Amino acid sequence: MSRGTATERVVPTPLVATSRQRRLISGDRIFHAFAYAAAALIILIALVFVVAVVIPALPAITKFGLGFFISRTWDPVRSQFGALPAIYGTLVTSAIALVIAFPIGLGAALFLAEDARLRFLRGPLSFAIELLAGIPSVVIGLWAFFILTPLMRDNVDPFLQHTLGFLPIFHGTASGYGYLTAGLVLAIMVLPIMIALSRDVIRAVPRALREGSLALGATNAETIWSVILPYARVGITGAALLSLGRALGETIAVTMVIGNTMQISSSLFASGYTLPSVIANEFTEATGTIHLASLFYLGVVLVLITIAVNVVARLLVWRFAGSEPMVA
Amino acid sequence: MNLPLVRLLVDRLVGWLIVLCVMLAAIPVLVLLLFVVLKGLPGILTPGFFTEPPHPQGVPGGGVLNAIIGTVEIVGIASLLAVPIGALIGIFLSEYGRNQIGDTVRFISDVLTGLPSIAFGIFAYTVVVVTTHHFSALAASIALAVLMLPLILRATETALVLVPQSLREAGLAIGAPRWRVTLEIIVPAALGGIVTGALLAMARAAGETAPLLFTALGNDTVQTNPLQPMGALSLTVFRNALLPYQNVQDQAWAAALLLVIMVAATNILARIYVRRIQR
Repeated sequence: MSRGTATERVVPTPLVATSRQRRLISGDRIFHAFAYAAAALIILIALVFVVAVVIPALPAITKFGLGFFISRTWDPVRSQFGALPAIYGTLVTSAIALVIAFPIGLGAALFLAEDARLRFLRGPLSFAIELLAGIPSVVIGLWAFFILTPLMRDNVDPFLQHTLGFLPIFHGTASGYGYLTAGLVLAIMVLPIMIALSRDVIRAVPRALREGSLALGATNAETIWSVILPYARVGITGAALLSLGRALGETIAVTMVIGNTMQISSSLFASGYTLPSVIANEFTEATGTIHLASLFYLGVVLVLITIAVNVVARLLVWRFAGSEPMVA
Repeated sequence: MNLPLVRLLVDRLVGWLIVLCVMLAAIPVLVLLLFVVLKGLPGILTPGFFTEPPHPQGVPGGGVLNAIIGTVEIVGIASLLAVPIGALIGIFLSEYGRNQIGDTVRFISDVLTGLPSIAFGIFAYTVVVVTTHHFSALAASIALAVLMLPLILRATETALVLVPQSLREAGLAIGAPRWRVTLEIIVPAALGGIVTGALLAMARAAGETAPLLFTALGNDTVQTNPLQPMGALSLTVFRNALLPYQNVQDQAWAAALLLVIMVAATNILARIYVRRIQR
């Protein structure tokens, strides 16, 4: 196992500390100090992080204050900026993502954790999900930009309009770029997290409960509905929130398909903006100090929202599974 | 077994719904990979793709040498920063971290893991770009290093905690000091997990685009000086995709395929390594 210790001679320890022992103790001290220094470093990094995210936003924070959150104007020419359209876009796209990814992810997780059928599929399927988790977001964005967008414009959007067109969310012309496409892309991106976390949570349901339910004559479906899901409810909520946290902050793929228009529209076909995509898209074009500072203010808003969602989610998942989630 | 028909039907229905969910989850992966391979392969096989920098717009040919060098160098420097520090913090958490400080570090690391990647770009922009008045690959490396740090330290801690307590006791019992027990017994025993964590973090960092936008900025010429703006494969994919030229877009697909191959290769390497260690 180790090289050094096997050859070391074992010496009976005298009661008085020898110089060699003192050296060993000081070696321990040094190592101890190094480990604590490393721990201190990450705490320091976190503090610097907070300061570094807030400082460049200060001019905008002092100028717009909390009114930034409710203002709909985004006018670089007159230096008036408000975050509402971007916040709206972020919430709408993430909500679409969750509405799609939650049931599908939960179903797939039930299959991986519970289902006795098609066992041979589990290995390849887990691999495929890990693969999806590893694909860079810019690659998913590229695919969505060239393949998914035309598909949405020519097939999916007209179909939705035709069948559900009476709903205001499916009004207007469909360009293929917009909330719906962005939400769909986000759904694909958060699926691996949703599946992996809910699978772990479902696996943590005690076997005895499951067997008890089946022994009482419940079918598989009834066991899932009345035993497993209620027991795993808290953990599954946590998994969904962690997926939400990921969706809120996703930048590049969304920037490529959201249409990048600062507006609020009730139609899901309309193009819009999300907090991170405004920052990514306008950073290089931002000329005025206050424009740049407003972009960083959006960054502050984004960081605050994601921290809040993540902290709540982790508390829920921990409380349930008892250990930290392995996928992040 | 005679169930009422309704209960039986519901059971079957739920069973098929679950299978449907699995298919809906798996199809995007397959379609995505299929397109990336089909559309990227011709570009990757073009002569000069690996050996030339991009040509000016309108001039055919050219490659992504600038971006390949950039990605390797930026991720390389980030790993040099993040792996030793991350591993050391992981050791701290596992060996000394059952206290308030350890819990604080774990909490911070979890919060960092959940932050959007663009926030790391803002962090490095303020700390490095603004203070040096210069976009640079080093700023990108620092952004990615902080992004990798929580992944590496958590993987290290998890791997170290799994090492049996008896090994620690055996080491201490033959008179070895704690630091030697840790570095020469515990860490080697957990090396598989630590290396896997580092490799997965590197794969994650290599694919990131958002943190590079305000740090490395991009560069169409070959640049090896980390204090200068530098290209990266992810930036090539992002920027080229949005340009209205067919050959430039083809290059985006090819760069995307190369990126996927690099990420997949790192993942597979990690798996193989774990298997070899476990044997």
